[in-house]
Amino acid sequence: MAIHLQNVSFAYPKAPQKKVLDIQHWSVAPGEQVFIHGPSGGGKSTLLNLLSGILQADHGEVSVLGERLDQMSNRRRDRFRANHIGCVFQQFNLIPYLDAIDNIRLAAHFAATKQATLNQEMGELLSALGIAPSDRCKPTAQLSIGQQQRVAIARALINKPQLLIADEPSSSLDQHNRDAFITLLMSLVKEHEITLLFVSHDLSLSHHFGRVEALSDINTPDRMY
Amino acid sequence: MFMRLACKSLLNRRGSVVLTVLALTVSLVVLLGVEHIRQQARDSFGNTVSGVDLIVGARTGSLNLLLYSVFHMGSPTNNISWDSYQKIAAGKHVAWAVPIALGDSYRGYRVMGSTPDYFTHFSFGGKRKLQFTSGKAFAEVLDVVLGSEVARKLNHKLGDQVVLAHGVASTSFSLHDDKPFNVVGILAPTGTPVDQTVHVSLQGIEAIHIDWQQGVKMPGNTVSTEQLAKMDLQPTNITAFMLGLNSKIATFRVQREINNYSREPLTAILPGVALSELWQMMATFEHTLRLISACILVSALLGLSAMLLASIREREHEIQLLRVIGAPPMFLFLLIELEALLISFAAIALGSSLLYMVLVVAGDLLASEFGLHISTNIGSESTAYIMLLMIFSTVIAAAIPSLKAYKNAQLK
Repeated sequence: MAIHLQNVSFAYPKAPQKKVLDIQHWSVAPGEQVFIHGPSGGGKSTLLNLLSGILQADHGEVSVLGERLDQMSNRRRDRFRANHIGCVFQQFNLIPYLDAIDNIRLAAHFAATKQATLNQEMGELLSALGIAPSDRCKPTAQLSIGQQQRVAIARALINKPQLLIADEPSSSLDQHNRDAFITLLMSLVKEHEITLLFVSHDLSLSHHFGRVEALSDINTPDRMY
Repeated sequence: MFMRLACKSLLNRRGSVVLTVLALTVSLVVLLGVEHIRQQARDSFGNTVSGVDLIVGARTGSLNLLLYSVFHMGSPTNNISWDSYQKIAAGKHVAWAVPIALGDSYRGYRVMGSTPDYFTHFSFGGKRKLQFTSGKAFAEVLDVVLGSEVARKLNHKLGDQVVLAHGVASTSFSLHDDKPFNVVGILAPTGTPVDQTVHVSLQGIEAIHIDWQQGVKMPGNTVSTEQLAKMDLQPTNITAFMLGLNSKIATFRVQREINNYSREPLTAILPGVALSELWQMMATFEHTLRLISACILVSALLGLSAMLLASIREREHEIQLLRVIGAPPMFLFLLIELEALLISFAAIALGSSLLYMVLVVAGDLLASEFGLHISTNIGSESTAYIMLLMIFSTVIAAAIPSLKAYKNAQLK
């Protein structure tokens, strides 16, 4: 299984009584493209942070790509995330004062395997994502939102992750750019056989995905014992 | 990549970074400058006299004797007799003896009567001998050798005539105007009281007082230059004398002998010891200066800390992003520390070059106006110590913002 959750619960330390997540059982097969939708404040981002290992579940089993995140040390989780998981968010995906090349290189810096062909791979990825060479050396703050999101995909894919987590990545784009963005993302994911977890409140995107789930079906924090 | 990230991040916030660097630079310049000048002053102070083993005067405190014999400040408690001088100078351990007679002045500068030996035996600053920029030592009764500052300030050159005044007040109404002296030599600058001294022979001092009684000129009782040459101008009293010994080991024995000299109450001091005693008296002043400059540095470092702390707040997204791509919290801690160190290094580089330039530009002014010879070489042990201290304090000051970044990184 690419993702497997068992009896997972999570509450933020500031409000330990209020469970944000309570998932009895949920899993995603390798290579699946899953669309999760739900209202804001429903625990979407919390779920993604648990899966990427930034947050740690209070109880239960969190397995990603066959590894138990809940049993790893902090240091190992950080490294696991760098090596195996790519993340794209709605905004703040890039360090604004670094150019595209440096942003991608920084992501490669934290991965365990140093790639000898990094420059070539970067070039190929950026070309596939339609970033002109002249735009690659500008601080990313000077790029358009659409360009920034595409550089963010390149940054997320540079370490050849098996799992890509996307949190409303297209919400800041207009209709035309959004469709182009999703199409590009799907083709890259299929080409590299990456499991995709796509979270959005915008149901109109769901037709791109093979599996569509409502977060409220998975997450039942208010259930009675 | 780590370095590149830190540099670019600083460049991105160059406004506040430049101001922080400037604040640190200014405080470093003050700290290094005070320390450098303090050391230089101490060195040149300690270098005022060297090569002299003992200074002997009438019974008094060691500081008083040092002040009037070497620094020509204050007044001698008493004179000592020429006989005692002769007896002690003839001692078997004594290599050389140079008598000093003080009490007259020339336009505010002290006049010192001595023998030509003074120019060969007196040294300053690590056994450097006195040098003449022009002319030579006095040979005739009415010859005078001027210290460099006296010659420069009063615009004197060889062959000029100077009239000495009785007493040491800068404006004296009783002048030795019947016996003007000829300038025969001008000394090179030394950075010591020698620069402000007018040197004449002991006979010269005797000669100008020969027709004086009870400190006033007796009218109608003048002696001509021709008569002077024939007279025996052996002084009966001198103010003090300097001794050079054959062996350093004998110094304390000779000192004890002089202090126990039965015919006249005398005091012998070791100039080096007395100089450091005198410097000790200025320790409070020294500490105050250092304390002030340390406070300036602390405030600049607090500014650095505040600037970094504010930057952490505006960089929350950046920190979160670095976490997402796999940066461990330690990376963020070190990143902020590195940024602080880069600022600190920039300030050190800028500060030392600035201080060097200031010393080069102001060096001549200090030397000519204050007789302070400050070396432009700021590389010393204590400078290195200050720089290390600054780097260390930077790490401490940056720990608060770094820890904040670390904490931010641990939890969203």
